[in-house]
Amino acid sequence: MPFGAKKSGGRGRGSAARGAEKAGQGQRRSLFRRRKVCKFCADKIDDINYKDVKLLSGFVPERAKVLPRRISGTCAKHQRKLRVAIMRARVLALLPYLAD
Amino acid sequence: MSAARTYELVYIVTPDATEEQIAAIHEQVEQTTKKMGGSLVKTDNWGRRKLAYAIQHHKEGVYILETIEGSGELMKELDRRLKVVDQVIRQLTVRVDEEQRVVDRTRTRRQTFQERRRVARGLPPRPDPSERPQSNDDDGMDGLEGGEV
Repeated sequence: MPFGAKKSGGRGRGSAARGAEKAGQGQRRSLFRRRKVCKFCADKIDDINYKDVKLLSGFVPERAKVLPRRISGTCAKHQRKLRVAIMRARVLALLPYLAD
Repeated sequence: MSAARTYELVYIVTPDATEEQIAAIHEQVEQTTKKMGGSLVKTDNWGRRKLAYAIQHHKEGVYILETIEGSGELMKELDRRLKVVDQVIRQLTVRVDEEQRVVDRTRTRRQTFQERRRVARGLPPRPDPSERPQSNDDDGMDGLEGGEV
């Protein structure tokens, strides 16, 4: 994967080094945080389908709520489609409305 | 607007329904579709599946997916008829043609763009399977990273 370096390797380490220099300022919580990428953009998934339980279940953690964008890193466009797909899957009891 | 739209109709039949009962429901769907000038493109029986939550105290259900081309009135009628059938515990109708068109368009656009770029680099338009190794970034955590915040 030619672009792999952008995501994890090279840049991550670079910013870590920079973080160490700035460590005196003490603002940074962790030195290593992998940049989040929208799964649907990265994997080129065009069609977020309500029938694809395997895909959707990755975005509904234990409590069965929709995983927020700030955590999953999904882009706005795909999050909207994802939400609709999850709502449809719930109607068909493919995914739970709530779980505890 | 023309009346030819594609819909997906999924319905869940109770697990204790017999094969004949399921066949009868399917038959009814087919008849109604034909009568109202639609066509049944595809039928897919997913078989028995566990429900994510209990519906009318049932924990399992038989899922059946029908792809239908027809008008909105037809789907309304099918919806009404299925509601009457006791064995059907849940149903969902989704219009898919518009969505599918968008998906196809983005897919072909990406394809042509990729081919043009490859030709510009002096490569054949289609990548050879041996040429590009699969990404080894898969830690199975895609989309879930940062969850421990």
